[in-house]
Amino acid sequence: MDWLRNWMMPPQGSAYAAEVDFTYMGLFWLCAVMFIGIAGAAAWFSWRYRFRPGRVTPHDTHNTKLEVIWTVLPLMLCIGIFFWGLNGWLKYAVAPGDAMEIQVTAKKWLWQFEYPDGTRTVNEIHVPAHKAVKFVMTSEDVIHDFFVPDMRVKHDIIPGRYTEVWFTPTVLGKHRFTCAEYCGKGHSDMHGDLSVDNDADYAKFLETGGTEWEQYKDHMDQWGKIQYERNGCSTCHSVDGSKSKGPSWKGIWHKMEELNNGTTVLVDEAYVRESMLYPQAKIVKGFEPIMPSFNNLLRDNQIKGLIAYIQSLQ
Amino acid sequence: MEHALSPGARIGDRPRPAVNYLNASKGIMSWLGTVDHKRIGIMYLVGVLTAFLMGGCFALLIRLSLLTPTHMLFGKVLLTAEQYNRVFTLHGAIMVFLFIIPAIPASLGNFVLPLMLGAKDVAFPRLNLFSFYLWLTGAIMAIVAMVLGAVDTGWTFYTPYSTTTDGPVTLMILAVFILGFSSIFTGLNFIATVHKLRAPGMGWFDMPLFIWGIYATAVIQVMATPVLGITLVLLALERSFGIGIFDPKLGGDPVLFQHFFWFYSHPAVYIMILPGMAIISELIPTFSRKTMFGYRAMAYASVSLALVSFIVWGHHMFVAGQSQLATVVFSALTFLVAIPSGIKVFNWLGTMYQGNISFETPMLYAISFLILFAIGGLTGIFLGTLSTDVHLTDTYFVVAHFHYVMMGSTVIAFIGGLHYWWPKMTGRMYNENWGRIACGLVFIGFNMTFFTQFFLGSQGMPRRYYNYPDQFQHLHAVSTVGSWILGLGLFITLAYLLASLRKPMDAPDNPWGGTTMEWLTSSPPIEHNFEEQPVLEREPYDYRPVVASK
Repeated sequence: MDWLRNWMMPPQGSAYAAEVDFTYMGLFWLCAVMFIGIAGAAAWFSWRYRFRPGRVTPHDTHNTKLEVIWTVLPLMLCIGIFFWGLNGWLKYAVAPGDAMEIQVTAKKWLWQFEYPDGTRTVNEIHVPAHKAVKFVMTSEDVIHDFFVPDMRVKHDIIPGRYTEVWFTPTVLGKHRFTCAEYCGKGHSDMHGDLSVDNDADYAKFLETGGTEWEQYKDHMDQWGKIQYERNGCSTCHSVDGSKSKGPSWKGIWHKMEELNNGTTVLVDEAYVRESMLYPQAKIVKGFEPIMPSFNNLLRDNQIKGLIAYIQSLQ
Repeated sequence: MEHALSPGARIGDRPRPAVNYLNASKGIMSWLGTVDHKRIGIMYLVGVLTAFLMGGCFALLIRLSLLTPTHMLFGKVLLTAEQYNRVFTLHGAIMVFLFIIPAIPASLGNFVLPLMLGAKDVAFPRLNLFSFYLWLTGAIMAIVAMVLGAVDTGWTFYTPYSTTTDGPVTLMILAVFILGFSSIFTGLNFIATVHKLRAPGMGWFDMPLFIWGIYATAVIQVMATPVLGITLVLLALERSFGIGIFDPKLGGDPVLFQHFFWFYSHPAVYIMILPGMAIISELIPTFSRKTMFGYRAMAYASVSLALVSFIVWGHHMFVAGQSQLATVVFSALTFLVAIPSGIKVFNWLGTMYQGNISFETPMLYAISFLILFAIGGLTGIFLGTLSTDVHLTDTYFVVAHFHYVMMGSTVIAFIGGLHYWWPKMTGRMYNENWGRIACGLVFIGFNMTFFTQFFLGSQGMPRRYYNYPDQFQHLHAVSTVGSWILGLGLFITLAYLLASLRKPMDAPDNPWGGTTMEWLTSSPPIEHNFEEQPVLEREPYDYRPVVASK
């Protein structure tokens, strides 16, 4: 009967999906049998006891034994089904402690994802196969819902709080995810692809930092501006010349900076890159050595973007 | 008349009185100012059927638009996304608040309940008229809101969407608030009527099951509707004055709104289904010419459904962010609903067993109800079960499930009841052949429209979707064609019912051989219902020959 399940349910993307389907099909057959019983009885009685003039019907007001049976039996059946559903649901409800976390921000009408290493994507997720992945989700405006049919999971995303959903994908390839809580005009367009990658593909995905930057390939200064805001640079470096905890970036490109050891240095690509990765190496005169290292935190395209951004601030 | 009357029927045929409730007084004012429960029932009937027609046209439009994934029809976009969102909101809001909640209690209930009790009227006739005008006010406000640009919140008004979107949402909310009071007053009236105005000799367990169903409904109306009222007022305050109750930006909690909303709207499901079940409990014994099997169990089942309905609201929120403990508890409680529902189905079948069954249109609707309610109820198990609900909730599976319960059960029962009491209300028989044909079309069309949607849902098609992936188009197309058949059946029904009004009165007092008191009076009844106070001599559904019982 696999064809029936395959027709009724989406492809299975995880072991959990197969388990949900097993419960679903169990209920399906149970309900099919009960339906045939009810409809069959109605049809048979309609035919067998169809109107005959003069037929006298028995005055059967009740039958306690029968009524107790059809009260208690369904009750026991229901208790059983409840625990069956609970058993499966507990796996959905509790994520393993070592699950990889992906932050999800939903808003009208797109999805933003952020990986543990800072990789960001929009409307696209890459996850390694056979590893538990947990989505920690919040909304910027109204209620949305993260629904991955192939994984048989969904959960609402609520503004002002965090909700979670998790799964362990096992089937490589693309799976659709989509919004399942009505959120207005673009509700049905709020979907994307979940790509379950093998380890090599996933590593490659992390190297390039997702797909978001591709739209900025030809505008690296804008890409740098986004990095400047996202990575906390703006806390200490102004872009309008005003003094802050660190030197302003305004007009700094190709300037000779005086350092606290009395020497000077030309602000070029090598120096800027060094300042991001090893900020204590050279300290500009008048500033304290307080900048944290961004070594391993910034990806190459982010650094290039930041440099392009600094270049643009003439 | 070729209608077969059963041996136990009370045949009250006598010369038709010249004066009845329809012609006792004349002119539009005699209707608008009437306190006669029968005339108020007829006015409600006209009102709710108009709402049903409107909501139904919106439904046909939705289905037509969903025929293609891009809503293209003959090279044009039928509905834009904004229009689509408004149309499904209007369909839901009209069908729920204007049609299905008042449908059976306020129209058929108003007409039949005092007659069944052997009473002259409801306990508070003027309050009855007042609740009709509240309904009318609410309906007009809702229509004004539509004309002003319509709302796109869905009938559920979920925050913070409903507090941030454009459109006359506040007006719509106030309309629903007023409609709620109409419902409360009707419920209050019926409770008092059942307690105080039963005919001499009629104890609680001598009441027809229709009364039990309407009584249980009235209890819910009175107890649950105020919660909706309060919730909607809070929502209106938040929207108009920025008072933070539900919007997290103002310090509120959107999940709280869902708790409040479903605390009313789940019991409201039973405001809809209990009167439907109540009608079926009249139709099946009458057309099986056999006493109701398990009468007391049926009465208790109605009341226990009403009570259980208050403690299962959280099953609308399994993935909505309520606590996980609450989710587990609500799932367990939800299964309790299955027990009284099952008892009712088994008792109806038990009544048909060894009966003497004829298939006039009302009985065809009753059998349709049994089949459709079985599907609606059994698919509820998939949604009450936690692991499968996570996948199915917010998909077309839910849409199909609640249409089987709301439309396939409640509305089917309503139409069955309308045919059953049509001779009593109008004094005229409708065309039986057309009735059977239309019932067949409705049954086929309904199943085509909604059975497909179970599979759309299980395959992963979310509800309230404007665009959808191409893979779902086949099932959507079948569903749309089904909606045309369903619509055709309903329009035929409207046509032959209206046509029957053109002919002279021909209905006997008791065309079906019913055993309840409304059949004791003439068709249509006289202004004060009965010529003399009826006294309960035999229990309802007693089909033993009269001689044998003495």
